[in-house]
Amino acid sequence: MRNTAMNMVHKLAARDERVLYIGSDPGAGTLRAMSKEFPKRHLIEGISEAHIIGMSAGLAMEGFVPYVNTIATFLTRRCYEQVAVDLCLHNLPVRLIANGGGLVYAPLGPTHQAIEDIAIMRALPNMTVVCPCDADEAARMMEKTLDWTGPIYIRLGKGGDAIVSKAEHGFEIGKAILMRPPGDVLMVTTGIMLQRALAAADVLAAQGIRAGILHMHTVKPLDAEALLHAIRGVKLVATLEEHVPSGGLGSAVAETLIDKLGSGLPAMLRLSLPDRFMHNYGSQDSLLKKHGLSANAIATSIEHALAASRSSAPQLHST
Amino acid sequence: MIQISPHAEAALTCTLDERSLYLRRLVLGSVRSAGRGHVGPALSLIEMVRVLYDDVLRIDPQNPQDPNRDRAILSKGHGCLALYALLADRGFFPLSELDGFCGSDSILGGHPEYGMVPGVEASTGALGHGLSIGVGLALAARMRERSYRTFVLLGDGEINEGSVWEAAMGAAKHGLDNLVAMIDYNKLQSYGPTDYVLPLEPLADKWRSFGFAVQEVNGHDVGALRTVLKQIPAVAGKPTAIICHTVKGKGLPAAESNADWHHKNKLSDSELDAIRVAVGDF
Repeated sequence: MRNTAMNMVHKLAARDERVLYIGSDPGAGTLRAMSKEFPKRHLIEGISEAHIIGMSAGLAMEGFVPYVNTIATFLTRRCYEQVAVDLCLHNLPVRLIANGGGLVYAPLGPTHQAIEDIAIMRALPNMTVVCPCDADEAARMMEKTLDWTGPIYIRLGKGGDAIVSKAEHGFEIGKAILMRPPGDVLMVTTGIMLQRALAAADVLAAQGIRAGILHMHTVKPLDAEALLHAIRGVKLVATLEEHVPSGGLGSAVAETLIDKLGSGLPAMLRLSLPDRFMHNYGSQDSLLKKHGLSANAIATSIEHALAASRSSAPQLHST
Repeated sequence: MIQISPHAEAALTCTLDERSLYLRRLVLGSVRSAGRGHVGPALSLIEMVRVLYDDVLRIDPQNPQDPNRDRAILSKGHGCLALYALLADRGFFPLSELDGFCGSDSILGGHPEYGMVPGVEASTGALGHGLSIGVGLALAARMRERSYRTFVLLGDGEINEGSVWEAAMGAAKHGLDNLVAMIDYNKLQSYGPTDYVLPLEPLADKWRSFGFAVQEVNGHDVGALRTVLKQIPAVAGKPTAIICHTVKGKGLPAAESNADWHHKNKLSDSELDAIRVAVGDF
């Protein structure tokens, strides 16, 4: 996914002279081909994220479309004020390509694990937040970033994630993709939780539970229309995210349902990481599994929540 | 032992001409109307802004978005009363707007906002942002082969921020000789003396070591400022830093070098009388 997104910057640069790549201190050889073809538009500016964001704002004020790239935590925590003031307040078309969203850097510990990035980026007015699920979707997403108004936070996964997105679904920023029709349950996913949701849906299907999947690749602006359509008749809405429980996809879905429905809310299950820093290493997969986000654990949690909702929750209103 | 710059001594003793007094009357009129404002930081800055807008910047108040205009960013956004006075006087917006400073429907807030105030290039207020934005603007001029220059006005307290020095390294890396950093070195930040809060000396050497061509000047000497600013770039291939030795609250004896006048709420009758004595009736 990361290589694809990077290569798309090169491809966009070939097409549009406004496109810049700005890295802090990325891995050796990052976008080498672009650096040879467009050396003036391939900028490596050092481990100075606060400055890089401000500089990108200045370049965007003059009509450039900078794609700024470094590790997700450094692109969010380190330079939050610059992102808020220089990019969001001025509503400038700077794209933040965040390597290693979620637990990709599990072995490197909590300084490198972006577990609250969606929340803090989503909180900023004018910011758009997208989390593609695989390399193919990342490529389609990048195409749409060129002329989008305002800043975009792009949360990338590890790379090598199973390809589950489909070309026929296309990609529009802010438009969710219904991957499976809703049944008893609707799972709402973002990023690489889609793959786990698909596997969990198969586990549930084997138990006679029909589970739909709405892939919310854009967490902000959230596609309220698609969400309200997809929850019709379902008994349980489950959100899945590689993120702390506060402020991420689950929060966004809950806020939207409250704002749009007001009453008669569906039973909800928010599956996420716990509200704490990770002090275990291992791999992204092992940490997700440890925190109940394997396909089997997701299916089990949904099964239990569904049973509980049948006995206590009101029936959903049709919208 | 740190030697006191002769420019700093000159800043303390120099007198102000009628235009400088007039601009101070505009600033203090805004403070009187609003019942608040950063007085000291604006008064130290006035001659720097005055010379820029009167003599140096290639700008057209009737066409504030001209792509070839020089860019100026007030990175120490809390000094905005000085900027507002110049912009109004130069015709970017009516002088009457100054009376609405900080009002609920005013375009003039306690920090300047892009898109709200004609002539303001970037929203500032949070410190340590302007020089990086300026690097981006200057780099864009280079890439687009445009001749505009970028001037960034920084406070001395502001350059406590690490991001300023990140930006300085970036500016030097790119050899941005179309970029000028002007430091309002009044030696007094919100709490107290810069030497006490976070010593900056040797300040000229710092900028020099970061790759800038450095000039020092009495920041209240209009002629000296003109001379320095008309010789940009000071060294081809290098960004320029102009250390402007100033006096916080310059021109108002009660406010000069007085941290209590960093931000001022209601002006008392006796303070208003003292202002009239210092700068004339307003």
